[in-house]
Amino acid sequence: MMGFDLTLVWAAIIGFAVMAYVVMDGFDLGIGILFPTFKVGEERDQAMNSIAPVWDGNETWLVMGGGGLLAAFPLAYAIILPATYPLMIAMLLGLIFRGVAFEFRWRDPGHRAFWDVAFTVGSVVAALAQGMTLGAILQGITVENNAYAGGWLDWLSPFSLLTGIAVVVGYALLGATWLIWKTEGSSLRHAQAMAFRLALATLVALAAVSAATPYLAYEYWRRWFEMPGVLLTAQVPLLVVVCAVTLFWSLRRGHERLPFLMALGLFLLGFVGLGVSLYPYIVPPAVTIRDAAAPEESLSFLLAGAIVIIPLILAYTAWAYWVFRGKVGTHGYH
Amino acid sequence: MFAGLDPVVLARAQFAFTISFHFIFPAFSIGLASYLFVLEGLWLKTGQGVYANLYRYWLKIFAVVFGMGVVSGVVMSYQFGTNWSVFSEKAGPVVGPLMAYEVLTAFFLEAGFLGVMLFGMNKVGKGLHFFATSMVALGTLISATWIIAVNSWMQTPAGYAINAAGQFVPGGSWADIIFTASFPYRLVHTVIAAYLTTAFAVGAVGAWHLLKDRANPGARKMFSMAMWMAALVAPVQILAGDAHGLNTLEHQPVKVLAMEGDYHPSPDGAPLILFGLPDSEAAEVRYELSLPHLGSLILKHDPFAPLPGLTDFPREEWPPVHIVFWSFRIMVALGFAMLGIGLWSLFARYRRRLYEWPWLHRAAVVMGPSGFVAVIAGWVTTEVGRQPYTVYGLLRTADSVSPLAAPAVAASLLAFVVVYFVAFGAGTYYLARLMARPPERGESEPPHLPQRAAGITPASGVTAPFATKE
Ligand code: HDD
Ligand code: HEM
Ligand code: HEM
Repeated sequence: MMGFDLTLVWAAIIGFAVMAYVVMDGFDLGIGILFPTFKVGEERDQAMNSIAPVWDGNETWLVMGGGGLLAAFPLAYAIILPATYPLMIAMLLGLIFRGVAFEFRWRDPGHRAFWDVAFTVGSVVAALAQGMTLGAILQGITVENNAYAGGWLDWLSPFSLLTGIAVVVGYALLGATWLIWKTEGSSLRHAQAMAFRLALATLVALAAVSAATPYLAYEYWRRWFEMPGVLLTAQVPLLVVVCAVTLFWSLRRGHERLPFLMALGLFLLGFVGLGVSLYPYIVPPAVTIRDAAAPEESLSFLLAGAIVIIPLILAYTAWAYWVFRGKVGTHGYH
Repeated sequence: MFAGLDPVVLARAQFAFTISFHFIFPAFSIGLASYLFVLEGLWLKTGQGVYANLYRYWLKIFAVVFGMGVVSGVVMSYQFGTNWSVFSEKAGPVVGPLMAYEVLTAFFLEAGFLGVMLFGMNKVGKGLHFFATSMVALGTLISATWIIAVNSWMQTPAGYAINAAGQFVPGGSWADIIFTASFPYRLVHTVIAAYLTTAFAVGAVGAWHLLKDRANPGARKMFSMAMWMAALVAPVQILAGDAHGLNTLEHQPVKVLAMEGDYHPSPDGAPLILFGLPDSEAAEVRYELSLPHLGSLILKHDPFAPLPGLTDFPREEWPPVHIVFWSFRIMVALGFAMLGIGLWSLFARYRRRLYEWPWLHRAAVVMGPSGFVAVIAGWVTTEVGRQPYTVYGLLRTADSVSPLAAPAVAASLLAFVVVYFVAFGAGTYYLARLMARPPERGESEPPHLPQRAAGITPASGVTAPFATKE
C-alpha cells in the first residue's frame, strides 16, 4: 500500500472509536449523573428506558478503544494503563455498578433505591475517571526504556481534577439534551431546565481547560498560537461560539432535537482541540504515534477487516436506534 | 500496608479472580443464547405456545446473565494493560488484532442486536426479531472463537517472529497465528462445555419445578430438552477432552504430567492415578490410589507405552502440580457424573418415567451448578498448567507484569473482590429468584414492574397463540 500511511489511518480510527464512545456512552453516563435530580417513579423510569436498549452497544466503543489501542499502538496501551492504574480500576468498578443497575433495579423493587444510587455513583466515578485520564495524558507521562517510570499517583493534579470535572459536567449536558429529545411531560421540562444550567457550566469548564492546557507545556502553546497554524486552530474556538449560541437559542425556543446535536457539536470540537494539542504524540512528551505503532502486518491485517466491518456496525447500530426512535413515553416503548 | 507482598503474585491473583468470574457468565450466555435461538425457532415453526413461554422465561434470565457478562468482560479487556503491560507491549502486535477482531465481529454484533432481542418484540416483526436472536447467538460463538484463538496462541505459539525490540510480531501468515495446534481442540471443548453448562442449569430448573408440579408443561419441555442435550453431548465432551489431552501431551507434556501426577518416568507404561496428594518437594504422590497401565492406555492408546516424568524436566519448568492435579480431577469427575445423568434420563425415557422419577429430578437439581464448576476447573487446569509462562516456552509470567507497586495491585484486588461479591452476589440471588418461579402460561413481565419497562416486554404477537395449542 504505497503512499498510504497506516499509522495515521489507525490513529484516526482509534480517535473515531474514542469519539464515538464519548458521545454515545457520554449521554447515558450523563443520565446516570443526573439521575438523583429526577423524581422517583415515572421520571426515573423514563430516563432509564430511554437508554436501556442501547447502553451495551454504546459501551462496546470503549472496548473497541482499548482493544484497538492494544492492537495498533501496543506501546501506548502498555504505558498509559499502568500510568493511570487507579483511574482505570475506578472506571471499571464504576461501570460494573452502573451496568448491572439497569437490570437489577427492575428485578428488586425493594432495593431499587440502592441500585439507583449505584447507577449514579457508578456513572459519576466512571466519568470522572475518564476525564482525569485525559488530564493525566495531557499533562505528560514519565517514560523510561519504553515503560512507565512514574509513581502510582502521578496522575493526580489540579489539572487532571479540572478535566475530570469538565467531563462530568459535559456528559451531564449530553444526558440532559438527550432526555429533551426522548421524554415528555414533567421529565422533559426538568431536562430543559437542567440543560440550560449545564450548558453554561460546560462552557465554563471548556474555557478553563482550554486556558490551562497551553500552560502545561510550551509545545501545546506553540501548536495553538504560532502562525500560520493559528489561522486554522482559531476556527475551533470560533465554531465553539457558534455551537454555544445555537444551543442556548434552541433551548430557549423549546427545540427538542437541536440541543442534543449542538451538545454533540461542542464535544466534537473539544475533541478536535485535543487532537491539535496532542498530535503527533500519543503519550506526551515521550512517545509519538509512530513510535508506538504495531508493525505494518498487524495494522494492515486489522485494517482489511475494519474497513468492511465498521460501516456495517454503524449501519446496524443506526437501525437499532431507529427501532427505538421517538419519545419513550410514560410506559416504556410502545 | 501491602508493601511486603509480591506484585506478580497479586497480579496473577487479580487476573485469576476476574477472569474466573467473567467466564462463569459467558459459559452460561453462550449456551443460553443458542437455547433461546432454538426455542424461538421452534415457536415460529410449530406455533406452540409452550415454546414462546419458555423463550420469555429464559430471556429474562438471559438479560441478567448477559449484563453481568458484559461488565465483567469490559474489566478483562483492560486487565491486560493495567496488570500485564509488558505482555501487552510484547505480544500486542500478535494477539491485539485478534482481540480487536473479536470486538468488531462479535461484541458489536451482540450489543447491536441485544436491545431489539430484549425490548423489541412488539417493535419489529417476528422474523426480524428472530433474526436479532440469531445474531446475538452467533455473536457469542464468534466471541468464543477469537478469544480462544488468543488463548491458544499463548499456549502453543506459532506464526510469529521476534523483532529487535523483543516484540512478537506476525511472522508470515495470520492463519498460522489463528489456527495454532491447540486451537481446534480448545474451541470445541469450550463451546461444548458452555452448552453442557447451560443444559444442566436448565435441566435443574425444570427438575425443580417438576418436583413441585409434574404437570407444568414448561417444566416438562425444558427438562426433556436439557436431558437430550446431556445424553447426547456429555459423551462427545468426554471424547473431545480425551483428544484435547493427547494434543496437550504433544505440545505441553509438562502440563499433562502435572495433571496426571506423574513425577517419575514410567518406561513400561504409566498407571492412572485416581487420587493422592501430590508433593512436589519429595517428587511423589502420597497416599496414591492408582490403576496400573491405564495412564498409558489413555494417553498413548497402548498400555505398555513409555511416558516421561516431571523429573525429566527442570524444576523451574514445573507448574504448581497440586492445583493442576486436583482441578483436572474435579472436571473429569463432573464430566462422568454428567454422562451418568444423561444415561439415566435415557433409561427413564425408555421406562416412560422421565417426568415421574423424583430421584432423577433431585439428582438433576444437584447437578445444576456442575457445569460452572467443571468449566472453571478446566480453565484452572489449562492456565495454571501453562505456568511459569504466559506465552508458553517464550515469555515468563514474572517478566510479563506491569511495573506496579504492590500496594496499588493489592488495593485494587481488594476492591474487585468486594465489588464482585456485592454486584454479582446480588445478581446471582436475582437469578435464583427468577428461576424459582415456575414458567407459566402467558409468561410475561412480573406484574409489579411498570409495563414494558427495562425488563422484557410482553408482545402482542407472542401472546396470541398461548390460548390455542399447548
Ligand atoms: C462442562 C464443562 C467440561 C467438562 C464436563 C469437561 N471439561 Fe475439559 N475443560 C473444560 C470444560 C469441561 C473447559 C472449560 O472448556 C476447558 C478449559 C480450557 C479448555 O480448552 O477447555 C477444559 C480443559 C481440558 C483439558 C486441558 C487441555 C489443555 O489445556 O491443554 C483437558 C485435557 C480436558 N479438559 C479433558 C477433559 C476430559 C477428559 C473430560 C471428561 C471426562 C472433560 N475435560 C470434561
Ligand atoms: C481474558 C480474556 C477475555 C477478555 C479480555 C474478554 C473480554 C470481554 C469483553 C470486553 C466483553 C464485553 C463485550 C461487550 O461489551 O458486549 C466480553 C463478553 C463476552 N465474553 Fe469475554 N473476555 C475474555 C474471555 C472470554 C472467554 C474465554 C470466552 C468464551 C470462551 C468469552 C466469551 C464472551 C462472550 C460470549 C461475551 C458476551 C457477553 C456474555 O455472554 O456474557 N470471553 N468479554
Ligand atoms: C475464561 C476462563 C479462564 C480462566 C478460569 C483462567 C484462569 C486463569 C488462572 C487461574 C490464572 C492464574 C494462573 C496462576 O496463577 O498460576 C490465569 C492467568 C492468566 N491467563 Fe487465564 N484463564 C482463563 C482464560 C484466559 C484467556 C482466554 C486468556 C487469554 C486471552 C488468558 C490469559 C491469561 C493471562 C495473560 C494470565 C496471566 C499470567 C498467568 O498467570 O498465567 N486466560 N488465568
